[in-house]
Amino acid sequence: MIGRHRHLLGLEGLSREEILQVLDLATSMKEVLARPLKKVPSLRGKLVVNLFFEASTRTRSSFEIASKVLSADAVNWTASASSVTKGETLVDTARNLEAMRPDVLVIRHAAGGAPQLVSEHVACAVVSAGDGAHEHPSQGLLDCFTLREKLGTLEGKTVAIVGDVSHSRVARSDLHAMPKLGAKVRLCGPPTMIPQGIERLGGCTVHHDLREAVEGADAVVMLRIQHERIGDPLIPGTREYSKLWGLNARKAAEWLTPGCVILHPGPINRGVELSPEVADGPRSVILDQVQNGVAVRMAILYLLAGGSPAEVSAAGARS
Amino acid sequence: MSESSEVLFIEGGRVIDPASGVDGVRTVVLRGGQVAEVAERVERPRDARVIDARGRWVTPGFIDAHVHLREPGQEYKETVETGARAAVAGGFTAVLAMPNTVPPNDSVAVTELVLARAAQAGLARVYPVGCISKGQKGEELAEMGELFQAGCVAFSDDGRPVSSSGLMRRALEYARTFGAPLAVHEEDLALVGKGVMNEGPAATRLGLKGNPAQAEEVMVSRDVALVELTGGRLHVCHLSTAGAVRAVRDAKARGLAVTAEVAPHHLALTDEDVAASGYDTDFKMAPPLRSDADRAAVRAALADGTIDCIATDHAPHSAVEKAVEFDVALNGILGLETAFSVCLALVREGALGERRLVEALTAAPARIFGLPGGSLAAGSPADVAILDPGAEWRCDPERLHSKSRNTPWKGKTMIGRCTHTLVGGNLVYELARGER
Repeated sequence: MIGRHRHLLGLEGLSREEILQVLDLATSMKEVLARPLKKVPSLRGKLVVNLFFEASTRTRSSFEIASKVLSADAVNWTASASSVTKGETLVDTARNLEAMRPDVLVIRHAAGGAPQLVSEHVACAVVSAGDGAHEHPSQGLLDCFTLREKLGTLEGKTVAIVGDVSHSRVARSDLHAMPKLGAKVRLCGPPTMIPQGIERLGGCTVHHDLREAVEGADAVVMLRIQHERIGDPLIPGTREYSKLWGLNARKAAEWLTPGCVILHPGPINRGVELSPEVADGPRSVILDQVQNGVAVRMAILYLLAGGSPAEVSAAGARS
Repeated sequence: MSESSEVLFIEGGRVIDPASGVDGVRTVVLRGGQVAEVAERVERPRDARVIDARGRWVTPGFIDAHVHLREPGQEYKETVETGARAAVAGGFTAVLAMPNTVPPNDSVAVTELVLARAAQAGLARVYPVGCISKGQKGEELAEMGELFQAGCVAFSDDGRPVSSSGLMRRALEYARTFGAPLAVHEEDLALVGKGVMNEGPAATRLGLKGNPAQAEEVMVSRDVALVELTGGRLHVCHLSTAGAVRAVRDAKARGLAVTAEVAPHHLALTDEDVAASGYDTDFKMAPPLRSDADRAAVRAALADGTIDCIATDHAPHSAVEKAVEFDVALNGILGLETAFSVCLALVREGALGERRLVEALTAAPARIFGLPGGSLAAGSPADVAILDPGAEWRCDPERLHSKSRNTPWKGKTMIGRCTHTLVGGNLVYELARGER
């Protein structure tokens, strides 16, 4: 359980305390990852099934590693090798997997709400690993974890999120979590990439000028421009996009405050939203995000597979 | 439909018949399949059959201008018989059967099949609607003349908007021959894109692709302009937006032959209900549930007559088509058996008068489509609904008469229910005593 929740389908319904519960536990989990022997028996005998209907290397591996460090067994089930092509419905697929008695089902799906649909038909815990343009809760949590680690706190901080917000589940999860931890969010992108009514989610302002959005910010989250969107047609092309909304070394030097850090959920389109010098530069915490992702997912799996935060110091980090 | 030769007295009920201006406790006498008399005091022969309607409303049978009966071709969702059974259980004595069957109703053969099935069922009157275009493909006109002669009362490519302005122009012109309206599904498909719910904050939160209200307004505005060009008759199906209300209001002010219907779900629900439901596909339909401002606009338009009638857009789908991801679920929900109670809630909220509610379900659709019924004036067909406006019941999808279960009101407590339905003087539906 994460607070009152048996599943992790999004961050919209999580309270500040519930988010902090995961982040605090992830701090202990990160200690485990720093050890020479990266294995604790906390989830021994538990089964985690990664059910991925969309291609993903980073997130799937991250959940898989998180499972293994906690001694859970992890099975990956991908759509390309699945019965989906034979016309099986999502609910049938989930029920079949459920019959193999997993403790946690991690789901990525192109349709918003798909993990919720599954959660209504299975008894095990369900974790969304990203559904359509809805939410990507573990990414939102690892972004918060990384910001807390780098900035000390999110209280009073300003975070700019730049790019295709309309198709971004990362932006939505960030937007549901960061204001609860005290941060202000600025969303930035061309109007075609800012969905109607996003400001009504609260805690954010909308900008179309990159400089206005990033000046004075404590952190900038650069979203990936997905090439498949170009024909949509939300933007004329990547050339103009990178000129107007991409971040390069010159803009970073002129507009960003000295302590401002740069995040990206990956994978990066180098030269589109981020120039290589910025992606690899001293402000970039992109690889920290990846490492923190494992710790955060360990915390999520631990809580949902039946652990409690009190146990972790004994069974997990300090055993 | 065989007409009853029996004499039947419906006594003690509050007769609400906007067509003849009656609202008060009356006795309704039915004889030979027709309304013989509506009066305060009537001598009753000792052997006459009597229905005691005290405490209830007695109205003309409801007429639903927009129903999907799914036969031929998709009998697993609904048949003419099960749809007609659901109709009479909801107080509807006549329904217009939309032509998007498999194959679509663009031929006399399909029209005749629907009529034959309806006659076999012997429940509600079923009026087929023919296609505007062959195969509903939006390319060539369907043979409207033959369809009209075979019994179609209107033409529609419902479910598939007529995208070509040129074809729509010719359809409006050609249908003038028969005086039949074109009942149109108004969405600009290029604006709808891949949208699966109303564009707005709720869709943004759910991460679902939005279908903007302007997709409807653009098409209604286009077709109003084409009515002006052609002198044709346009009936806007399931109108859902404030912008379309403005376009219809403007068209009526200019004296154009434009009418409109609204579905109970657009009067009752908004896109926020989609969000609150947690991706429940029983809240997915086309056009989608709109914003609170749109809902307020369609309510006001129904009350002031800009929107003429209430039509359910009864759209049965099987669980196979609904128990899936919201993105891929089919559009549409059941309507016939919940319409009265859903709309009656508007009366309790003060958004709609009782007489206007009954008119929008009876006289208004009869007038638009030139149908008998919709009235209890002497000589009218003996099509009558008896309704208990205070009856509380729980909407259990398993107990509905439709073959399908896709209703957003599942499990909800409803107020107001049909207790008796008569078609041509025959009692075709009576609510079991244990449920009253």
